[in-house]
Amino acid sequence: MTSLYDEVQAAPGEGVPTRRVTIKVNGEDRTVDVEPRLLLAHLLRQGLKLTGTHTGCDTTNCGACTILFEGRPIKSCTMLAVQADGHSIETVEGLASASELHPIQEGFKEEHGLHCGFCTPGMMLAAKALLDKNDNPTEDEVRWALSGNLCRCTGYQNIVKSVLWAAEKMRAESK
Amino acid sequence: MYPSRFGYESPKTVEEAVAILDAHGGEAKVLAGGQSLVPMLKLRFAAPEMLVDINSIEGLRYHRVDADGTIRIGALCRHEDLEEDDAVAKAVPTIAAAAPLVADPIVRTRGTFVGSVCHADPQGDWAAAMTALGGHIVAQGPKGKRDIPMKDFVIGPFQNTLAFNEIAVEAVIPAPKGVRVGNYLKLERRVGDFATASVAVALDMVGDTVANAGIALAGVGGRTINANDAASGLIGKKLTAENISSVAAAVAAAAEPRTDHRGSADYKRQIVKTFVERILTGLANSSQKAA
Repeated sequence: MTSLYDEVQAAPGEGVPTRRVTIKVNGEDRTVDVEPRLLLAHLLRQGLKLTGTHTGCDTTNCGACTILFEGRPIKSCTMLAVQADGHSIETVEGLASASELHPIQEGFKEEHGLHCGFCTPGMMLAAKALLDKNDNPTEDEVRWALSGNLCRCTGYQNIVKSVLWAAEKMRAESK
Repeated sequence: MYPSRFGYESPKTVEEAVAILDAHGGEAKVLAGGQSLVPMLKLRFAAPEMLVDINSIEGLRYHRVDADGTIRIGALCRHEDLEEDDAVAKAVPTIAAAAPLVADPIVRTRGTFVGSVCHADPQGDWAAAMTALGGHIVAQGPKGKRDIPMKDFVIGPFQNTLAFNEIAVEAVIPAPKGVRVGNYLKLERRVGDFATASVAVALDMVGDTVANAGIALAGVGGRTINANDAASGLIGKKLTAENISSVAAAVAAAAEPRTDHRGSADYKRQIVKTFVERILTGLANSSQKAA
C-alpha cells in the first residue's frame, strides 16, 4: 500500500526541477536538492530522517511540527523547504546531548507533561522559544506561549507545570 | 497534503520581483509570511505557476513612526514585531490591541501584517484595523509606486485591487488629527480559531471631542465590513453615553453576519453592538482620567 508519504518523497522524481539548498540543522550543515513544493516538515522527516518533528493536523493548527527557525518557533508544515536555504533551524533532536536531557525534556518527564507524546516535540520547542526570551515566565505567560500547540491528552495542566519546572531548573543552572 | 508543482524564485530586489510577476502574466503569487498562502497551496485552493518569495529582499522588515506621526509598516514586518513594540503600541492602540489576538503565537512569528491585509480574509484582523485607521497600501509595479486607500483596496472576500504585476510593499497609517486612541476586541472560541466577531475602533481626539472616527468589523460578513460611515456620527461630538449608544446601533446595523456554528446572525450582531459600546465607553473613561 502506498501511503501519502510515499508520494511526498524527499528525493524528487526524474526531470523535476529542483533547487540545491543548505540548511543548518541542529548545528550541522545539510545540503539537499529539493522540489520547491516540498514542505520543510516533510524534508525533515522523509529526507533527513529526523522524525522527531511530527505532522499532526497539516493545516497550521496543531503545532506538532513546531521547530525553531533562526531561534523563533515556526510551524514547519507551513514553510517550504527551499525557504530555509541558508538558515539555521533546530528540531527536537537538537535539544538533548548524547548523555543528558535538556531541562525542558527533564521537566516533561518529572511533571508527566505527556501521555501519548505526539504533541510533545512541538510543545518543547515552543517552550524553548519562550524560555530563551523570558527565563521566569508566569503560568499565564506559559499558557499563552503554548496556545498555538494542541494536546488532546493532558488537558495542558502538566505541560504547563513541566515548562515552569524547566524554567526553574534553567534559572538555577545559569546562576 | 502537499501543493501542486510550481516554480520558485527568491529575488533580492522589489524590482526583480515585480519583473518576475510581470513575466508570468497573473500566474505568479507573492510569498511573504506564507501563513495563509502555504495552507491554500496545500489545499490546492491556489495553484500558481510561480512563487515569488520576497523574504530575501533586504529592507522590507520594518515598522516605524515618522516624525510627523505617520506609521509605516514594511511588507516583511511580522505580527510579533508589532506585538513587541512599544512605540507602535503608543502611536496606534488599535494595532497594539489586535496584535496579540492574530492567529496564534507561532503563526505570529512568521505571518506578515501587509500579507494579511492583502489576503483580505473577511475574518482578517489587520484588514479591519487598517480600514478603521483609514490607512493605505503602497503598491509597487513596473511603472513605480502608487497609493491605494483601504476603502479601494479590499473589495471582497480574498479580493484586493493589486494588479497582477504589483507588490504591496508598505502599509501606511496617517498621522492622527490630535491624539489617537482605539481598541480591538475579538470573540473567538479558542486561540487560532476564526473570529465569531471582531471590532476595530480608531478615534482621533482633540480634547474630549472626536475629530476623526473609524470602525471596521471582521467575521460578520462576506468581506471586511467598513463601518466608517456609521462611525462618522461621532465626529465633532463628545463620547457621551447617548452618542456611544447611537453609534453602536448604527455599526451593528452595518454588520452582515450569517448564522453558522459560531453563532446566530442575531447573536453576532449583538456582540458587535456590545463590543462597540464597550470600546467607546472604555475610551471615554480613560480620556476623562487623562483630562
